[in-house]
Amino acid sequence: MAQITLVEAVNLALKHEMQRDPTVVVMGEDVGVDGGVFRATLGLSERFGPERVIDTPLAEALIAGMAIGMAAEGLKPVAEIQFSGFAYTTIDQILNHAGRMRHRTQGRLSCPLVLRTPCGAGIHAPEHHSESPESIFAHIPGIRVVYPSSPRRAYGLLLAAIRDPDPVVFLEPTRLYRLFKEEFADDGQALALDTCFTAREGSDVTVVAWGAMVHESLAAADTLAEQGVAAEVLDVATLKPLDMDTILASVARTGRCVVVTEAARTCSFASEIAAGLAEEGLLNLLAPVQRVTGYDVVVPLPRLEHQNMPSKARIVRAAKKALEFS
Amino acid sequence: MSIVARFEIHYSQFLGPNGNAVAPLPAFARAPGALVGLYRWMVLMRAYDAKAIALQRTGQIGTFASLLGHEAINAGVGSAMAKDDVFLMTYRENGVMLMRGVTLKELFLYWGGDERGSDYSGPRGDFPICITIAAHAAHAVGVAYAMKLRRERRAAVCALGDGATSKGDFYEAINAAGAWKLPVIFVVANNQWAISVPRAKQSAAQTLAQKAIAAGIEGCQVDGNDVIAVRHAMDEALDRARSGAGPTLIEALTYRLSDHTTADDASRYRSPDELAEAWKLDPIVRLRAHLMAGGAWDKAREDALLKECNEQVQAAAQAYLDTPPPAADQMFAHLYAQLPAPLQKQRAAALTEDGADHAR
Repeated sequence: MAQITLVEAVNLALKHEMQRDPTVVVMGEDVGVDGGVFRATLGLSERFGPERVIDTPLAEALIAGMAIGMAAEGLKPVAEIQFSGFAYTTIDQILNHAGRMRHRTQGRLSCPLVLRTPCGAGIHAPEHHSESPESIFAHIPGIRVVYPSSPRRAYGLLLAAIRDPDPVVFLEPTRLYRLFKEEFADDGQALALDTCFTAREGSDVTVVAWGAMVHESLAAADTLAEQGVAAEVLDVATLKPLDMDTILASVARTGRCVVVTEAARTCSFASEIAAGLAEEGLLNLLAPVQRVTGYDVVVPLPRLEHQNMPSKARIVRAAKKALEFS
Repeated sequence: MSIVARFEIHYSQFLGPNGNAVAPLPAFARAPGALVGLYRWMVLMRAYDAKAIALQRTGQIGTFASLLGHEAINAGVGSAMAKDDVFLMTYRENGVMLMRGVTLKELFLYWGGDERGSDYSGPRGDFPICITIAAHAAHAVGVAYAMKLRRERRAAVCALGDGATSKGDFYEAINAAGAWKLPVIFVVANNQWAISVPRAKQSAAQTLAQKAIAAGIEGCQVDGNDVIAVRHAMDEALDRARSGAGPTLIEALTYRLSDHTTADDASRYRSPDELAEAWKLDPIVRLRAHLMAGGAWDKAREDALLKECNEQVQAAAQAYLDTPPPAADQMFAHLYAQLPAPLQKQRAAALTEDGADHAR
């Protein structure tokens, strides 16, 4: 069985769906001959031709809007926004149109599109290349927001996103693109959307994370295990719609919860999960929910980015704080 | 120094303000009665418009955007398009929508604040009304790309206003449409006013049509109060699109004879004299004069038509008023293909305890 990286998993999922479904088109800046700036679309143009692997003009709002037009007209566009910091101009299209088209027309038109964008910090990139905008997208009705944490997860979730009949914002953690490999079979098996995955079982504290922070949380769980603490790590994977039931069930067993995101703290998705626990899981909590987040600062340039991103040590400290609370 | 490129923008008009032909008429307009069908549509549009404003003034529909003065543009676009083309419109193209098969009742439903108005019986692939200015120009590019990819002889037609041509969305769309030579037509109804901002303050460009030049696509200007000119430009543009020769930008010059919407009061920012001058170019008066001069129309037919249109509009308004509002769970309907679990909980709440609060 092959070993692949996360970015290769994205590439293989795109190839698989383009082969399986002739209505799938891939579009974005430099996705054609160049294969994408991260090479996520490598080889697609050669295999499927430039009409289905579309190098667009440099215009992100157009890319999103065009994907809406294509989707409503029967194609399944998978649009790439080169970096998440450039995705903000797409929000008008995603919020005002993609997420509303099905409802606005009472099911007459729909938008089965995927907007992929690399995101998150930790790769020494310039300004605007390290954002983690999941909570901004998760606030938008009518769409799904998916944030994979490993090669296998990226493959299965991207297949599911492309096959989903509604718009999906698919956030790819650049930091994990080539960080590690996983055993993998290109079997076309999609993973379920709208569900959390248990990345590691444990009974003392629940650590909830998504994207690159799952990796960091698993490392923290290793450290905690050395100290006799069994941490359960949940990979949220699909942030919207949120599978709160799995989180509540885990916290009902552990009584303690740490939620991790590299995005800025205020109105972060960690806040949404903490609120859900306060609302529906309060009597199961033995300690206040701990949020480990980026600070409410502009995402720092590379020399300071690791000061802002939740680290293994910060997650361990938060878990201990929850465990020591009485 | 040498000239590396040179461009021209052509203007076309066939009927002058008094209905006289000022240029040889295109073939479709030559027979005396050829334009009667278009005229009937334009009169229906105006009757609908008046009824919608009356309904708004009496609190029976919400804010309404009048198409008064835009009847020739609506009729020219609506009559030129084929059913399997895709129309992407703003809120001032209700006339085109009617001609394509959307019912008067559905339009009243829409303006009455009922989403079912956009689930219309017209061409099922036509887009819903786009209120965010020029966002749908990008949708049109996507629709046209899909048509071209599938080698279809169809076109996307995107209607915009003069204000929309100031937006980045518009430039991004015409630029991309040109780069891919897509079967798409951008029809700009230049009615001189973007709410309170006049055309001259919108752009220093001499014409809006010339924006096509920067995008490398065909651009032309027509008299938007002359239905023949609009229809003719649309015919040419559709031929161009269907034959693979690429997009067209049509600037149709008209005037917004109404307020921006019923929530606006245009007397705050424009003079009565200007409005009075614009009424002299009324597209309906012009076409009627032309038809009467050719013997294809008379007062008896006019009276009968007005009666017929008013009855039709009245019946549709009544049908709208007789339609009960949707149930509260319609908020959740069609939000996703299948309502996700967290939303099922919210829907249940809306229908039970929260809904009961609202009913009280």
